[in-house]
Amino acid sequence: MDLENQQRIKDLAEKYGKDDLVVVLGGGEAEACGLAAETVSTGDPTFAGPLAGVQLGLSAYHMFELKDEVDPAVYEEQISMMEMVLDKDAIIKEVQEYRA
Amino acid sequence: MTFPVLRGTAYTLVHTPDILVHEGKLQEEEMRNSPDSDYLKAIPDHLRTFKDVVGYGPNQAYIGNIHPRDLNDVEKPWYEHPLKDASTEGKFGSIMDEDMFFGCMKAVDMFDLVVLEKSFQDKIAKKMNDDPVIGKYWVTLDKVTDNPGKMDDIKSLIADKAAKPLYLHGELVGCVKRAHEFDAALTADVMFENLVSKASAAYVLAELFAKTELTPEGVDYLIECSEEGCGDMFQRAGGNFAKSIGEICGCVNATGSDTRSFCAGPAHSMVEASALVQAGVYSNVVVLAGGSSAKLGMNGKDHVKKDQPLLEDCLGAFAIHVGENDGKSPVIRTDIVGKHKIGSGAAPQAIMQAIVADPLESAGMTIKDVDVFSAEMQNPEITVPAGAGDIPTANYKMIAALGIMKKVFARDELNQVVEKIGMPGFVPTQGHIPSGVPFLGHALEMIENGDIHRTMIIGKGSLFLGRLTNLFDGISFIVEANDGHVGDDSIDKDTVRQMIAESMRKFADSLK
Repeated sequence: MDLENQQRIKDLAEKYGKDDLVVVLGGGEAEACGLAAETVSTGDPTFAGPLAGVQLGLSAYHMFELKDEVDPAVYEEQISMMEMVLDKDAIIKEVQEYRA
Repeated sequence: MTFPVLRGTAYTLVHTPDILVHEGKLQEEEMRNSPDSDYLKAIPDHLRTFKDVVGYGPNQAYIGNIHPRDLNDVEKPWYEHPLKDASTEGKFGSIMDEDMFFGCMKAVDMFDLVVLEKSFQDKIAKKMNDDPVIGKYWVTLDKVTDNPGKMDDIKSLIADKAAKPLYLHGELVGCVKRAHEFDAALTADVMFENLVSKASAAYVLAELFAKTELTPEGVDYLIECSEEGCGDMFQRAGGNFAKSIGEICGCVNATGSDTRSFCAGPAHSMVEASALVQAGVYSNVVVLAGGSSAKLGMNGKDHVKKDQPLLEDCLGAFAIHVGENDGKSPVIRTDIVGKHKIGSGAAPQAIMQAIVADPLESAGMTIKDVDVFSAEMQNPEITVPAGAGDIPTANYKMIAALGIMKKVFARDELNQVVEKIGMPGFVPTQGHIPSGVPFLGHALEMIENGDIHRTMIIGKGSLFLGRLTNLFDGISFIVEANDGHVGDDSIDKDTVRQMIAESMRKFADSLK
């Protein structure tokens, strides 16, 4: 995960606490989404960024998992095409793993 | 309306493993921050030889010896299955070795910043003079024999004056000096990158002259579209790469300028070149760019982790000639240009609508009317291990999905459509280099052979990298077969007056 984003999430977690915060991912690739989910929960596995060794314990969800939470018209306009394109099941499976 | 045409293309690769090790930004940062890292130790075992690079299928597709679609028949991983008939010379260009490239950097250096050790310089000067491309087209070749360096002087320039070393097979052979003592825009680091970009662009421009009918004197305008910036601290990135490159090849009648938009730069430049030609401002415009040393080995850590070679070991360069309609060459449809507007939105769906569907729909066409698309043509063997996925396939799937949403294709046709409109990625991850235009050489050939009628070239750019905007960028244009119609169909005022006068005369006669 991008080092600047790691810092941003770290700052937000310190400000709001982990109970009122979830991370929404929009990545297109399962492994990269899993890495991002891992980074915000158990820490940066690459030990390169501000979340190296920092366990924020945040839950990450991919946007595909939140379909029922948003206006169907907006989802159709913004996400539906990518739902056809990406390996939705693999992405969700990978992200869910880090919420267990 | 008479459209401008795609007259010719040239493509060059330069194999630069030592520049990867010492000047690739990832490696440089690693050397600064973790000089004992496992990654740095693993690099030597993961570098490819020149022979490996020449035999690599995607590289042969880049210089035109095979079609990108031929890669579907090459067993994967491609780096373990070199092509038997591979050559350094291709239909569209060539693959250069690193030693001659250092000579090229010296020959394009107008400020005596590149110093080469004497015995190395003598050897390279001969090789350059014998080269059929630069030996014929570079007018600054004598610079390569200027001011030979002594090894002790080179070492002290590096140690005391912040010069950047030039290594060949790990041995010091020269250096690049800073261009100013304290100007941050003219450090040895910046000058190194700019000279790399300039030298590779000047080489590919010479290739364009060698491979096509265009002459250096025949060029009216050059548009350079790399991702580098040249200038001093008061006008960082003020330019102008284009003229500096044209000067090397003796384009005495040309002027030029630089266009920037990250990876979308080449597609923007093609639209600009087409407009300039169609408007009659210039007859022959060349769009060109050299390679990026910073991006060499950019995903190296992932490649080493997966125990595959460091495949980002080549600089890429291209040059494209846009000219007046000759009745034969494929036309560039300036009336069907797709643009990602400031108000288009950043969702992939909105982007594809803006740059693919909108222009086609405005011309009464659908995605089905385009035979082949070329968007970001990055080699998937480089990007997949780095977690970025197969970028060309992702783009083709998006285009196909857009077609499904618009009911142009059935839902179960997605994979067939991807195969029909696409091709495997075959271009090194050099930012602006893989962005749509590497297919133009193949497209020109396919259209002239009647294999396809129409292609759409798409450039996409990540503007957030400059930290000035979060906007996305994208632009597309269509190239299609020439119908042979060269003349302008529009009627000028004098013709209209003559027609009216003729009609009135006939009417008057009828009253007699």
